[in-house]
Amino acid sequence: MTTTTLAVLVPLLPFLGAAAGLLLGRTAPGYVRPLAVLPTLTATVLAVLVAVRQGGGRAINAATELTPTGSVPVELALHLDGFAVLVAVLVGLVASCVQIYSTGYLRDDPRYPSYAALISLFTSAMLLVVYSGDLIVLLVGWEIMGICSYFLVGHYWETPEARAASLKAFLVTKLGDVPFLFGLFALAADAGSFRITTVLGAVASGALDHPTLIALLLLAGVAGKSAQFPLHTWLPDAMAGPTPVSALIHAATMVAAGVYFIARLLPVFAASAAALVVLAVMAAVTMTGSALAALAQDDIKRVLAYSTIGQLGYMTGALAVGDRGAAVFHLLSHGAFKALLFLAAGVIIHAAGTNSLAAMSRMRDLRSRVPDAYWTMTVALLALAAIPPFAGFFSKEAVLGAAEHAAAGEAGAVPGSAGWIVLVSGLVTAILTAAYATRLWLLAFRGHGAEAPDHGPQPVVMNAVLWVLAVPSLAFGLTAGLLPDWFDGHPLTPTLTTSVLGTGLALVGGLVTYGAWRHTTTLAARVPLGAVAAHPEADAGVVEAEAIATHAPAYGDVAYAPDPADPGRLLLGPLHRHAAAGFHLDAVYSALFVRPVRAGAELVRFLDREVVDTYVRGAGTAPRWLGTAVRRAQTGNVQTYLSVLLAGSAVLAVVAVLVATRGA
Amino acid sequence: MHLAYPAVLSVLLFCTGLYGVLARRNAILVLMSVELMLNAVNLNLVAFDVWLSQAARDTLHSGQALTLFTIAIAAAEIGIGLAIVLAVYRARGTSDIDKLRDTAEARPGPEDDDTETAAPAMADKTEAAA
Amino acid sequence: MTLAASSPGFLSPTGVEIAFLLVGVVTLGAAIVTVTTKQLVHAALWLVVALGGLAVEYLLLTAEFIAWVQVLIYVGSVVVLLLFGLMLTKAPIGRSPDADSGNRWAALTVAVASAATLIWVVVDAFRTTWIDLDAATAAAAGSDGSTAVTGASLFQSWVLPFEALSVLLLAALVGAIVLSRKAAAEGERPPRSQDKAPSGKDKAESDEIKAASGKDEAASGKEGAR
Repeated sequence: MTTTTLAVLVPLLPFLGAAAGLLLGRTAPGYVRPLAVLPTLTATVLAVLVAVRQGGGRAINAATELTPTGSVPVELALHLDGFAVLVAVLVGLVASCVQIYSTGYLRDDPRYPSYAALISLFTSAMLLVVYSGDLIVLLVGWEIMGICSYFLVGHYWETPEARAASLKAFLVTKLGDVPFLFGLFALAADAGSFRITTVLGAVASGALDHPTLIALLLLAGVAGKSAQFPLHTWLPDAMAGPTPVSALIHAATMVAAGVYFIARLLPVFAASAAALVVLAVMAAVTMTGSALAALAQDDIKRVLAYSTIGQLGYMTGALAVGDRGAAVFHLLSHGAFKALLFLAAGVIIHAAGTNSLAAMSRMRDLRSRVPDAYWTMTVALLALAAIPPFAGFFSKEAVLGAAEHAAAGEAGAVPGSAGWIVLVSGLVTAILTAAYATRLWLLAFRGHGAEAPDHGPQPVVMNAVLWVLAVPSLAFGLTAGLLPDWFDGHPLTPTLTTSVLGTGLALVGGLVTYGAWRHTTTLAARVPLGAVAAHPEADAGVVEAEAIATHAPAYGDVAYAPDPADPGRLLLGPLHRHAAAGFHLDAVYSALFVRPVRAGAELVRFLDREVVDTYVRGAGTAPRWLGTAVRRAQTGNVQTYLSVLLAGSAVLAVVAVLVATRGA
Repeated sequence: MHLAYPAVLSVLLFCTGLYGVLARRNAILVLMSVELMLNAVNLNLVAFDVWLSQAARDTLHSGQALTLFTIAIAAAEIGIGLAIVLAVYRARGTSDIDKLRDTAEARPGPEDDDTETAAPAMADKTEAAA
Repeated sequence: MTLAASSPGFLSPTGVEIAFLLVGVVTLGAAIVTVTTKQLVHAALWLVVALGGLAVEYLLLTAEFIAWVQVLIYVGSVVVLLLFGLMLTKAPIGRSPDADSGNRWAALTVAVASAATLIWVVVDAFRTTWIDLDAATAAAAGSDGSTAVTGASLFQSWVLPFEALSVLLLAALVGAIVLSRKAAAEGERPPRSQDKAPSGKDKAESDEIKAASGKDEAASGKEGAR
């Protein structure tokens, strides 16, 4: 088979798996698990094969036009370069892990067939986005991901949180997708084609008339999809979905799509210095803000969600300084360790029966209940905090190195200000990242108090997947020397200055948090706190759903627990309350958008009921009155009828005669 | 003779019959008025027959033939009409046309009471007549 | 059509015209009394006068066969039938105050309006048309009289409609019988003797009416139940 055929099969197989799963889900439940896992696994193998064959050489392009589509043709096109094939391998790997993990995690879930099919569809859409060489085909995958995320986040639709979260995810990402669509059209109008290669050629020859406008429009869509400030608010709420879904959305698909899209079209953004500065500011605000928020969260998954937003901020920062190699490098390593973090968190939630860090910090020996999760999560958290030699260190240093490069003014068209913004915020975030990673680890695994409940060993598939993902989290950084051949050729190995600086700051952050924890942990015994799920023996998915549903009633808020033993409270001081609420961005949105829209809806409702309906009722009443009036004529007296008939005839005769004789 | 004389007489007779049909209450008087209208038409037919056959535009004497047909049909009509009136009279006890209002819109409310009180009254009347 | 200049004027009527007008006035008067009188039997009698007057008019128009048919059928049988009808429906002898319905004024309006319209049209169309009755009489005399002409045309040109008319008359005969027998055939309640009894007899009549009123009560009872 040619490489092109293999590449076509990669997105196609999960799609067929999804279709078959949806069709057979009810009639043949025995086939659901194989149908969920095998196509994704095969697609992963094929993606690896494609990556090996492509080998980082020249990009492979293939296109076929199904039907003429007017002035700007839409083609089914493939564009396989180093970025595409490697991201596809990551997507395949994470999706396979998630599928395997889900077989254990949602073992007894009655909606598992549709869930697995949607995951397959999600994977297929992401692979389509990755391989696509045509912007409209890419948009198709982009939107399929949007709707799949809506369904998957709302998997536990019995709970109001999940319903609200799924709606929010859908609406916020759509809010970004509208300008994104306009941006695509504007881009195609300027470049005369939707083909990425043609678009990039047009950019290179300077044929783009409105680069800033296009870049900003596209940026809105990317901000929605990749959860960048100010459209990031859907992501923490999306934690209401099952943990594997969170892992899939946060590690390899959905949020990665936005970063990957900018990486694909980086020359378009690089053509506008203003767009790069906006991107840099967006990245800076996103990463520092989300890191602060992560430090204050109580829900373990929300911590990870804010950390995802922050790491995505690193990626967009790398893009803002014009180094897509570093961005995709971080995307790949982050994909591996963030998937691991989420899946491990799922195991912990199942074992602890709660998703609250405050409750976990009052459990002794939780780590001995889930040794696999403990060790793999430690690895992943070290990677997240960018401690050498874990994967996160190399990729984050690549980003910081690129930022330093740009700040020094050595990165061509990239403005130095963008470099400085990314560099400073990146270093600040490094401290905070290490701080919240340490806090998470300490609170989850170093708790004091009652013995953690024993719910028996976790399913083997769930633990096995953790170790599979631990390997790249541990060792992916070693490929830093090889990757530039696949990417643009910028060196990705860490430079001395940023390495020392970044690692030092991370250590500082970690140690300060440890100190704070030592100081506060004595308080934990004094304030009893904690609520665990009512059915600890049940399926992991059920436990998690219960944990999420009971968090707000038990602690007063989904994100916040009144726990004085929390080191984050000491570190953040008065900022803690605001950080826990995500800096009240939801309240701002509520005031800016939700309330005006509601008021408008009220107005429309009033107009509809009082004004429009009046006409409607009038239209009904008038004929009824008319009917009543006419009914009075139906007296039953034949002579009356006849009189009227003849009177009418007489009138008609007169008229006829008059008309006939007028001309004479 | 002026054709206008029989024509105008025919019109006046017709309209007299028309008035009778519309204004009379007893069904048999209505039938009489119908006869008047038919005869008005017959007069017209005869007068025009004389005029047209004299002007040799019509050699078939259609007017007179049609007059005969009309008379025959009128005889049949009066027989059937009287039979109907008698049947109605037997069934309803009256031959007043303005009491035969079965085709009227059935009104809810007080109108129902009217028909209910009217029906026993009618029955009383027939009893008295017997 | 005769030209207006050559036609005789209205102010110099011929004798036939005068006779026609006089008989016409009598006929119209009788007709008006027929439709306005309060006494129902008188109405039938005045109808006789009107129909007889019309027969005279036919004679004046040289249609003597029609005139005799008119006398035979209308005056002879139709009016008799109507009188029988009046008797069978217990029409009151003497003045009945409710002979006219409340529809009277509407009917008058319609009738007057129709008359005005028709007279206007007819006079407008035929005021100059002249019938030469003498010529018509001469032509009729030349061929064995008007009756012979009528008969010839009736049985030569109009024979098919004439036969169809006989079928119609048969249908009307059967229909009239069916309608009259209906009440007896429908219910078993009237005594068998009623069929043999002459329909004019009062006793049979009253039995019939009792039966009818019984049925009526049943019907009204049904309505009440609904």
